[in-house]
Amino acid sequence: MQSTQTSEPFRVIQSDGSVGKYKVTLSDAELIQCYRTMLTVRAFDDVCMKLQRSGRIGFSVPNKGIEACQVGAASALRNTDFFFPSYRDFGMALYHGVEPVEMMHNMFGNAKDAARGRQMPVHFSFVDPIKFFSISSPIGTHLPQAVGAARAYQLRGEDHVCLTSFGDGGTSSLGFHSALNFAGVWKAPVIFLCQNNGWAISCPSSEQTASDGFAIKGVAYGVPGVVVDGNDVLAMHQAVREAADRARAGEGPTLIEAVTYRMGGHSTSDDPTKYVPKEELAKWQERDPVVRFQAYLKKRGLWTAALETEWTQAAMERVTAAAKTAEATEGPGLETIFSDVYAELPAHLRAQGEAAFDLARRKGSADAGDGAFPL
Amino acid sequence: MPILTLIQAVNDGLKVAMREDERVLVFGEDVGPKGGVFLATEGLTTEFGKQRCFDTPLSEDGIVGAAIGMAANGLRPVCEIQFQDFIFPAFDQIVSEAAKLRYRSGGQYTAPMVIRTPYGGGIRGGLYHSQSGEAYFTHTPGLKVVIPSTPHDAKGLLLASIADPDPVIFMEPKALYRHAKGEVPAGHYTVPLSTLRTVREGEHVTVFCYGSMVPVVEKAAAQAAEQGIECHIVDLRTLLPLDEQGVLEAARKTGRVVIVHEAPRFCGYGAEISAMIAENVIEYMEAPVRRVTGFDTPFPNTLEHHYLPDERRVLDAIEEVARF
Repeated sequence: MQSTQTSEPFRVIQSDGSVGKYKVTLSDAELIQCYRTMLTVRAFDDVCMKLQRSGRIGFSVPNKGIEACQVGAASALRNTDFFFPSYRDFGMALYHGVEPVEMMHNMFGNAKDAARGRQMPVHFSFVDPIKFFSISSPIGTHLPQAVGAARAYQLRGEDHVCLTSFGDGGTSSLGFHSALNFAGVWKAPVIFLCQNNGWAISCPSSEQTASDGFAIKGVAYGVPGVVVDGNDVLAMHQAVREAADRARAGEGPTLIEAVTYRMGGHSTSDDPTKYVPKEELAKWQERDPVVRFQAYLKKRGLWTAALETEWTQAAMERVTAAAKTAEATEGPGLETIFSDVYAELPAHLRAQGEAAFDLARRKGSADAGDGAFPL
Repeated sequence: MPILTLIQAVNDGLKVAMREDERVLVFGEDVGPKGGVFLATEGLTTEFGKQRCFDTPLSEDGIVGAAIGMAANGLRPVCEIQFQDFIFPAFDQIVSEAAKLRYRSGGQYTAPMVIRTPYGGGIRGGLYHSQSGEAYFTHTPGLKVVIPSTPHDAKGLLLASIADPDPVIFMEPKALYRHAKGEVPAGHYTVPLSTLRTVREGEHVTVFCYGSMVPVVEKAAAQAAEQGIECHIVDLRTLLPLDEQGVLEAARKTGRVVIVHEAPRFCGYGAEISAMIAENVIEYMEAPVRRVTGFDTPFPNTLEHHYLPDERRVLDAIEEVARF
């Protein structure tokens, strides 16, 4: 069960699209759903980059290169399971039916955003159609929370699982170690998905750890670890399904290291050409997860160039329409600064809110400035 | 009505909550069969089983992080941080996560949970078993911060905290665990959060205090009364959200205010009370506000009785403010 990075990652789809003797369990419809979700993620990236560069949103994070991790993992879980995502897991939400417009409301921070514009873009929160836990910026804090939520399922005797997703940098956080330890002791039904995408902003994964990859870190916590080709949708599906089966059977947590590569910058505020070696990027561009999956679908007779054009256009139209709708949606009202701090508005917040409204009446509204993220 | 110590009242409150609501869980370090280092959770594992009262690995970050996940997934966790001095590994989980979850998800996810933790000195615990860190938490919107000073309030406030839809830091004055004794009703009752308790009526000097300082202030007030100075003592009980109107009324009543806490002075909770008075009712003040607090030093061990505000220091301040 235990694997290390120096051993060959588990892989299903070869570079020519063949899968050998592996028996694919996903249906044609599910395979196409996976592929079209990956295309939608790419469209989302492209549209957000343009929105950010034209000053219409402040920030985004590119997903290019890691779409197979997100979608392969999501396809192995039920829509009743609980996701504790990182900020770079757009595909998990989209696969399970979160509408691009719901995500765009967050990108624009408008009145229909779940967080009412209180969070930066890419900090999604959804309860429907899946439980996609509210994302926070500090790294690794959501891991022990996923363990706690999994413990709740375990105590109630329900067979749901939690999946928590984080990067190679996340394995250095306090939360990673607390969470692995608690999950091991409790045999909690939780899946730890480490997307080793090579970079924590500008720090290479080689500077995060001296251990032989990240999956091996599970050993000390009694948590089995597996290394998977993160650019292989079917390998990701298989690994997460096995981990979910184990969790549902009461056999406890699994640590999955998905070896992949962040082909874009950390964010729209980042210039990766300053630190990413060109040859390394070129090597990974040849392993593009979308291209690899496409080769498999073609062999299976599910992909044609005409379909590609149709699906790509449809994805772009859907995301563009979502952006238009979100941009045209009004911003959050001043009162949303003060609401949702507590279930009930305490007197001191009521007083501060009333004073803010009163000032706006007397002196006019505050100036929003350019709102540019100064990075 | 039974007479209980403060720690027995906490224990009774936990049992009542667990009997009433099967979603309530208790966990932390040594809280299981041992019943906690102070015995606050004594008998819980026996009565409710290991599924509902259990020991955890020694990681405050893990304890609070897991509690947030449980709370967000339908349970009502009551976790214990063995000493408040040890809470800081969990500070990120408390301040960045539990406190902000409702806000950042527009109420889609919430963290109805209680973090119980003994705080304060007077037990020869030195730097790391004596601190009063309430101001770290009262500076954090989204949290509720509750500190009882009597067995009656300890149980009633704990039950209110467990029923509350928001995360509560429930700080227990460990110096009073066995010294504070009083009548505690059996069964369920609550003391509403964000309400003050008037400990003693008086017309000369208003003294604001909470937790372990309340009995110290009571003794000082008794001595002041011998000189004809009648103190109006207010136990704040819930530091956040505070009953500000109640505080301002009590300050206005005498026009002379002393604030007592054992935490360090600089940016301590008393500074907020003082500023509130200055901003709102300064025209009623007959004397400068005086604070009696711990020193702005780490908490000493051997000389802790000099560090902690005692009757001498409180009385001195009352006299000074009364005669100004």
